[in-house]
Amino acid sequence: MPIIELQGVSQEFGGLRALDGIDLKVEPNAIFGIIGPNGAGKTTLFNVITGIYAPTEGRLFFHGTDIASLSPYKVARLGIGRTFQNIRLFNRLSVLDNVKVAANWKRASGLLASLLGLPAYVREQRECSAKAEELINMMGLYEKRMEYAQSLSYGEQRRLEIARALAANPSLLLLDEPAAGMNSAEKLELMELIWKIRDDMQLTILLVEHDMHLVMNICETIAVLDYGRKIAEGDPAQIKSDPRVIQSYLGVER
Amino acid sequence: MLLQQLVNGLTLGSTYALIALGYTMVYGIVQLINFAHGEIYMVGAFVGLFLVTAWNVNLGLAMLGAMAVCMMLGMTVERVAYRPLRGKSSRLSPLISALGASIFLSTLMALLAGVNTRRYPAIVDLSSYSLGPVQVSSMQVIILLVSAFLMIGLHMLVRRTRIGKAMRACSQDLEAAALMGINVNRVISYTFAIGSALAAAGGVMVGIYYNAVWPYMGTMAGLKAFAAAVMGGIGSIPGAMLGGITLGVLEIMGVAYISSSFKDAIAFGILILVLILRPQGILGQKISKKV
Amino acid sequence: MTLLEQWITEIIDPYYLRILILMGINIIMVLGLNITTGVTGQLSMGHAGFMSLGAYTSAILTLELGIPFWLTLLAGAAVAAVFGFIIGLPALRLEGDYLAMVTIGFAEIVRVFFLNFEPGGKAVGLSGIPQQTTFSLVLLLTIVVIFFTQRLLSSRIGKAMYSIRENEIAAEACGINTTHLKVLSFVLGAFLGGLGGALYAHYMYYINPQDFDFMRSIEMLNMVVLGGLGSIPGAIVGAAILTVLPEMLRIVAEYRLLFYGALLVILMIFRPNGLLGDIRLYDLLKGKRKEEVKACQS
Repeated sequence: MPIIELQGVSQEFGGLRALDGIDLKVEPNAIFGIIGPNGAGKTTLFNVITGIYAPTEGRLFFHGTDIASLSPYKVARLGIGRTFQNIRLFNRLSVLDNVKVAANWKRASGLLASLLGLPAYVREQRECSAKAEELINMMGLYEKRMEYAQSLSYGEQRRLEIARALAANPSLLLLDEPAAGMNSAEKLELMELIWKIRDDMQLTILLVEHDMHLVMNICETIAVLDYGRKIAEGDPAQIKSDPRVIQSYLGVER
Repeated sequence: MLLQQLVNGLTLGSTYALIALGYTMVYGIVQLINFAHGEIYMVGAFVGLFLVTAWNVNLGLAMLGAMAVCMMLGMTVERVAYRPLRGKSSRLSPLISALGASIFLSTLMALLAGVNTRRYPAIVDLSSYSLGPVQVSSMQVIILLVSAFLMIGLHMLVRRTRIGKAMRACSQDLEAAALMGINVNRVISYTFAIGSALAAAGGVMVGIYYNAVWPYMGTMAGLKAFAAAVMGGIGSIPGAMLGGITLGVLEIMGVAYISSSFKDAIAFGILILVLILRPQGILGQKISKKV
Repeated sequence: MTLLEQWITEIIDPYYLRILILMGINIIMVLGLNITTGVTGQLSMGHAGFMSLGAYTSAILTLELGIPFWLTLLAGAAVAAVFGFIIGLPALRLEGDYLAMVTIGFAEIVRVFFLNFEPGGKAVGLSGIPQQTTFSLVLLLTIVVIFFTQRLLSSRIGKAMYSIRENEIAAEACGINTTHLKVLSFVLGAFLGGLGGALYAHYMYYINPQDFDFMRSIEMLNMVVLGGLGSIPGAIVGAAILTVLPEMLRIVAEYRLLFYGALLVILMIFRPNGLLGDIRLYDLLKGKRKEEVKACQS
């Protein structure tokens, strides 16, 4: 069974069709890339999957259940984590708290238990901190765990967003232009990191990215969007040689 | 009876609309509730009063003088209290700064002019005309005509002139407008000036109509005019006009048919209902969250 | 407790005692507003509405039914909390300035309601409320409230509330039920506002609707902002300064509000996060360490 499946998903904004009948299937444990020119609907697709927009038409299945009408926090709780194209961290919380916030919703204890500091709550918090520190360590941010998120460098902020997205143990991770603004050394590190995350945590990764080198190297399957439609899907070799893709996006190689 | 209330409501509503226009224009461009706007309206009423009592000018000159002074004042408030904050802080800080400016202005006026209510000398013939069952006073006619004139003027300014075009561009996207070579600071400054002038005209007319001018008159009027702007759909100029008139009529009707002691509660009750049922206001467009 | 009270009334001048009691009441209410506005970022400009609900509820229960004082305190806070829940509901659909407008409207409606409310004495208000709020009670409650808000803000719920203020969309994407927490922040804020109002009514003998007007809401908002949005020490310092300062400035009473207004503008320009808004113990300690390192190197 595919981990996520879109059937004829369309999204309209006041007459503008940002997504037009998208069909998509992503198999478990894949690294799946979505490319396309600016305004093709890539980020909109992520926003539909994560519940920020309810699709105007079509159905959306995650592990076989329809999630098209769920609110974002419910989608997140089902196991979809994401990062944002324009970084959205909790700027005036510490690095550690940024990750703990996301790791925390599963905990059972409520308002009273937190106020009174009951033992069950204390134990949960300890587990949660341990989990968050482990993730921060994995992203190489351990030294900075007490700094405000806003004081991190750009690359560090991108890594912190990934750590936060992983905190709730998702089975599907959506990365929205993770390499934007990185130099080539950082991009290589990022590729290693994405592989490592997929293999260590056994999850599926869906990524939107403009850097063709990174996409072609890392993704097993790629879908190409143009004007809200899917114009091609296949492995990197197929995509590189697809005439429609070359015409609308990759351009003619000389 | 109903027709009479409608005329009274229209009169009150057009003064709300004049103030509401200032809120909505500023909000449309910088997304700020200019809390000091109600105080600008109050200062306008005082300047008019001063001109009339000290120099014996007529209503037209008093209004022009008040508009000129308030244009300067509006631009000054923007320069001192808002511009230093623009683009570098949270949404909350400019709002609080606006509150500070509002408190400062009303207190300053209370110190300068005293807290007592002042009255305009009789510069307008207060006779009224009978139109069938409806009594219309000459001040009501003046308020309706002047408001209509100013609103049409504003509409032409926004639609037909260069500065109007720049204002519309800025309300679409401030950054893009700046990139296109529009002097954003100047456009914002002019927006404050125009809004303040409209509020000043409203202040002078309301001061004469209700024959009362006092330093804290701007607070409640400002809150209600903002409510009117929100009701009409904030950022929308026709919305502010419609919201102001609707609020004025509903408030007068509420006073006439329900109870006068709940006057202020009626306006806010309507506002809350509108916001819950139609958060974007009557004429506002639904904006989906940018992600 | 009574012994402590006796001892305190003997050694502290009544004038200063009064300021201290009002300061404590303000701290309690401002810690509440801090949860709604400072921590969760939901701008509330009608906190005086919750205060008056607490004040009137407790005063009427005391005067009409002779219910024990501590029960009327709880009842005042609870009634305010119920209204906090009701006001929190629009917060689910409205953002920022629109929400601020609803809270202003709510407080105005409450004020007009009490102006016309027969059991509340209409515009005259209620008088002869027994003065049961003592210094030691306010001190005790202030400490309890500080303790529990500290607990709350460092808990997972508190951190989740901060995350809503920082970035609501990201908070949702992290699995946080933002609707639930926004309403909770209003309920908790209103509860403390109502508690403060009930204490206030039983300290002042006399309340009337004008005690809880728009300026009162603004005053409390000022306290949160001055100290620093979201910070408990900030809320305490803000409430303390703005309770004491007007008393000291009474000599130039006329200029008091002028100063208030100017203070807000200047503060926003030079310290938009308030006096203590972005100061953390951690940074202070770290700063010290850096200085030590520097000292060793030189």
